[in-house]
Amino acid sequence: MEELVWLIPTLPLAGFLLLVAFGRRMGEPAAGWLASAMMAGSFAATVVVFAGLFNEPESHRIFTQSLFTWIAVDGFEVSVGLLADPLSITMALFVTGVGALIHLYSIGYMHGDKDFSKFFIYMNLFAFSMLVLVLADNLLLTFVGWEGVGTCSYLLISFWFTDEQNAVAGKKAFVTNRLGDVGFMLGTFVLWTTIGSINYLDIDAAVSAELIAGVTATAIALLFFIAATGKSAQIPLFVWLPDAMAGPTPVSALIHAATMVAAGVFLLVRMSPVLHEAAWANDVIAWVGVITAFVAATIAVAQNDIKKVLAFSTISQLGYMFLAIGTGAYAAAMFHMVTHAFFKALLFLGAGSVIHGMDDRQDMRVMGGLSKFMPLTTITFLVGWLAIAGVPPFSGFWSKDEILASAWAFDSGGAALWVIGLVTALITAFYMSRQVIMVFYGRPHWRDETARTPAPASLSAAAENPGGDGEAELDVDGLARLPADYQPHESPWQMTVPLVFLSLLAVVGGVLNLPFLEELALLENWLEPVTLPHEAGSGAELWALASAATAIALIGIGSATVIYQRRRVSRELVERRLFSKGWYVDIFYSWFTGHPGRRFFDAIRWFDEKVIDGAANGVAGLVRRSGTALRSLQTGYVRNYALGVAFGTVLLLVYFITRIQV
Amino acid sequence: MNGGVDAAYLVLGAVLFAIGAAGLLVRRNLLVMFMCVELMLNAVNVTFVAFASALGDIGGQVAVFFVLVVAASEVVVGLALIVAIMRRKPGATADDISLMKG
Amino acid sequence: MIGVLARLAQDTGDGILVPAEPIQAGVTQIATPEIQWVALLPHLILVVGGILLLTIASLFRHRVPRWAYTIYTVAVAAGAIIAALPLWVRVQDAERGPFSAIAGALGVDGFSIFITVIICAGVILTALLADGYLKREGIDGPELFVLLLLAASGGTIMASANDLIVLFLGLEILSISVYVMAAMHARRFTSLEAGMKYFILGAFSSAFFLYGIALVYGASGSTNMIRINQYLASPTGVVLSENGLLLGGFALLLVGFGFKVAAVPFHAWAPDVYQGAPTPVTAFMASAVKAGGFAAMLRVFVLTFGTFSGDWQPVVFALAVLSLLVGSVLAIVQTNVKRMLAYSSIAHAGFILVGVEVATEQGTAAALFYLAAYTFMVVGSFAVITVVGRKGDGHHELSDYRGLARRQPVLAFVFTILLLAQAGVPFTAGFFAKFYVISAAVDAENYSLAIIAMVSAVIAAFLYLRIMISMYMSTDSEAVTGEPDRVPVPLAAGIALFVACVVTVVIGFVPGPITDLANDAVPFLVQVG
Repeated sequence: MEELVWLIPTLPLAGFLLLVAFGRRMGEPAAGWLASAMMAGSFAATVVVFAGLFNEPESHRIFTQSLFTWIAVDGFEVSVGLLADPLSITMALFVTGVGALIHLYSIGYMHGDKDFSKFFIYMNLFAFSMLVLVLADNLLLTFVGWEGVGTCSYLLISFWFTDEQNAVAGKKAFVTNRLGDVGFMLGTFVLWTTIGSINYLDIDAAVSAELIAGVTATAIALLFFIAATGKSAQIPLFVWLPDAMAGPTPVSALIHAATMVAAGVFLLVRMSPVLHEAAWANDVIAWVGVITAFVAATIAVAQNDIKKVLAFSTISQLGYMFLAIGTGAYAAAMFHMVTHAFFKALLFLGAGSVIHGMDDRQDMRVMGGLSKFMPLTTITFLVGWLAIAGVPPFSGFWSKDEILASAWAFDSGGAALWVIGLVTALITAFYMSRQVIMVFYGRPHWRDETARTPAPASLSAAAENPGGDGEAELDVDGLARLPADYQPHESPWQMTVPLVFLSLLAVVGGVLNLPFLEELALLENWLEPVTLPHEAGSGAELWALASAATAIALIGIGSATVIYQRRRVSRELVERRLFSKGWYVDIFYSWFTGHPGRRFFDAIRWFDEKVIDGAANGVAGLVRRSGTALRSLQTGYVRNYALGVAFGTVLLLVYFITRIQV
Repeated sequence: MNGGVDAAYLVLGAVLFAIGAAGLLVRRNLLVMFMCVELMLNAVNVTFVAFASALGDIGGQVAVFFVLVVAASEVVVGLALIVAIMRRKPGATADDISLMKG
Repeated sequence: MIGVLARLAQDTGDGILVPAEPIQAGVTQIATPEIQWVALLPHLILVVGGILLLTIASLFRHRVPRWAYTIYTVAVAAGAIIAALPLWVRVQDAERGPFSAIAGALGVDGFSIFITVIICAGVILTALLADGYLKREGIDGPELFVLLLLAASGGTIMASANDLIVLFLGLEILSISVYVMAAMHARRFTSLEAGMKYFILGAFSSAFFLYGIALVYGASGSTNMIRINQYLASPTGVVLSENGLLLGGFALLLVGFGFKVAAVPFHAWAPDVYQGAPTPVTAFMASAVKAGGFAAMLRVFVLTFGTFSGDWQPVVFALAVLSLLVGSVLAIVQTNVKRMLAYSSIAHAGFILVGVEVATEQGTAAALFYLAAYTFMVVGSFAVITVVGRKGDGHHELSDYRGLARRQPVLAFVFTILLLAQAGVPFTAGFFAKFYVISAAVDAENYSLAIIAMVSAVIAAFLYLRIMISMYMSTDSEAVTGEPDRVPVPLAAGIALFVACVVTVVIGFVPGPITDLANDAVPFLVQVG
């Protein structure tokens, strides 16, 4: 049954090609249904492959399928081949599963958009690229997928792009990801020169045979980590992700929460044999991960855009995954990636549903009390909230707990990692509760007179401009124009069904890997052929850690409830002070990370403008000048051309005559 | 080296060829330019025949017939082109057909 | 020379059927060579197909619908391809292998068959393109198709020629047909001008080429490539550097080839002729004519003169470098898209010359792959230009492409793919074409050439980018002048575009089959068998 693995990426590709050819003619909603059907088919194929793989004995759970030789020059041969092993199939399962749900959701969300079919073209292309990335059997093919998802991501971010500001955001995403790609390419190159192959199985074999020296392994690990920081939005390359939220919400859910941003984590897990040999690179990864988690969480506290909160939250959660990788808990990283895909996709889609219901407003300050209007969205969003906050028995609790446990057990500085991780968990619970309260509870703020005054410039939310809505088009003041008697509405079934599915997964996702018994750690056992087994403390210790995590989560929720519920009750004094404190954190961290970051990009821009562009312009000018000069030789007179031929002939003759040696 | 061939024929061929080439470069009349090309081809014919007789090989002489046929076909096409151009621009010289340049 | 003659006299019975006997006074017996019709079939199909079309169309001029010409031409070219397939099988058969026909005048090997198929593919695409073009421009009659088939036969003969005189005949059949084709759109003076310029310069360079043949003949005693090769390779043969005639022949032959493939400094005709000729003809010139020229060049220089590659390689190196740089640089400063692609085809010729210069089997295979890939890319690109040119074939300025992406996204998308392919972007045929050529140069340790090729590829990329940008950028001026209409895409041209685009992309993903074919298509000089 594993032979069907080629079907997994082929179906979205077929969908892409069909939509390119006939998409415009099919129109809405047929194009969306076709794309969704392809994703569902791909999911079914993945399940079949999974079942096949599952039935094999543990040591035989590797299946490679070489499709064709792609590049063959002497000594360098790259084939296009697929590798189905527990890791890639796990990734494929949730990429296709979550992907199919999000495709379905998009049919409802993109309703009425003039580029409806184009959207699904990009979405299917994205799914194809992501599956290539995941299923590739060598680094070069993975890189193809890596670039493919990047390209689709830019295309989809810019889907509604109409103005200059958004183009700048796209540029930012582009530059940061290119920096990461340099790491990828260099890492691949170093591997190639070291062991002469870029095939994953060969890499594993080379590591087992101890062909890679420790220093080399460290270098490779760091290079791939640079690649991962770009794609997975870690410090210092995380700045692009919040800006990427300008795209349609399903895109944010699929690409910027569930799948693409997890590619960096996947890459490092894929390279885990090398990472295992890489001495201090692991400390770097763990510390960068945990600091990112903490910093991003604090920023999330101060955001007012419903999607920006989730964006920073995603960065923070990805930081947890890197923490897990750095501490050697690869299965835990994968576990958190899967549960995060469930609950974060759920939260994003819920946010999308809210945005949809609020007639494309994204600012949480004009929301409130939506639980009355959108019951289904509210319930599913609450599930996602509990999951990400780490309340047992929701899925997020189990995966986050496992990461914290592995941080605790880490040799060097484990306790410090654990403390920061725990504080981050507290902040996570806090900002998510804040979001839930601001959006779903309290008074409907769009009816307030204060909210109806012209919005400050920081409310960039209105920059989003779904097609078909002419009134809100690029109108910063659009927020205020929502009529006071506006009635938010629940979303259509295409949108709520995926919400329900995902909320079920977010609830029960934890059973994938329960810590109580070795037999219950299903995911870890399943992934064991790929990732190295990892020990994380004894039973009693685990219970203690879990209790601490639960307590922290509850404290976070409790404090948010107190502060934000009271804020509504006791009005301005508390509200203003705490509000400004929130801004203080935001300013502090945007100074701490964004400002030097921005200066960094300014420096890059300066370098780009002065040095690169200067050189390029210089060369371009040279080319143009010499072109113009040469042009004057092209006189149009046939006799001059003949003269040119004769001149060339004479030159050739002279050359050959000088070769005569009498 | 050219023991078997009378260098005089080769020089004649080369001189004729050079005259033809130079003529094409300096004349502006399309018809004369054609004739120069014909001169060049026939100069090659002289060379061919000279070599053929020196080598005692019939191949070079056969080649001359092929070249004559080719030259004839070129004339047909060339004259037709001249006629077509003269109908559009009576009295056009080679320098008058220079719409395209740069 | 006497030594040569003496050796030739001994040279009789080793299987060469070309009569090498000195002419005796009195009785001369001319041996009639055996003719292998199967080997000739692809050429014959094209020639007879062309003549038959001319005859039929003259007799029933007003009873034959226009589309019938197109279908007929496509069928004939397809027939030639089909006739070539059994030959391929035979040639690749280890026991039988390549052979030569008609007393060693034509060589049948994988190489000639590969080029034959490329040229026929070019004919098919051009014919499809010409169908709608002739209708739009109101040009009546089958002449273009007749000339197309005849020119193709010239190209295939060039590719198969095993004798310099046969090569010259093929070259002239090809060239004379194309002179007329270039001047086909007689109502446009630029077309006439293109035909005239091409004719004068073509005849001029043909004369040089012929003189080169004469010199090589004089030096080696034969026009047959097998015997020239044997003469050069024989241990008692002359040292080349002492042989001025042969060296002069090299120089003049290179002039002829350089002109045919539009290599700098023999390129000056190309931009003007490409620009002025009817666009489908331009497509044919850029694809099939170039393929024929390079085929002959590879066979003559890499194979026949291969033993003295050290003597001609520096010259081809210079031609390649000049073509790469001058082609790319001049392309950038153009504003006429058709002319841009004309210059870019000069740069492409430079790339193929890189494959010639390395003078290895790998280089030959790379050049063949390049020719195959380039045929589809360039015909596709000129197909778009044909369509966008509108009635009168005159809308070729960059500004005519402005906003094309908005008016006709599919057309713009297809053009984008083809331009990306020409630029050599990965996942297009063009990437692998450049990749193989450059890696052939690297493997031959010719690093400087590889680097120059890459630099020129970067320069040329700007040019393609420029066209793409103008397609995707819409300007305000459009609102003032009013929206230009959508250009109609005739069905046949659409098919040609589709095929070109699909092949370009498919080769870009799966180059393996074409690579294998190109590797199998090694040229041979074989004796009559």
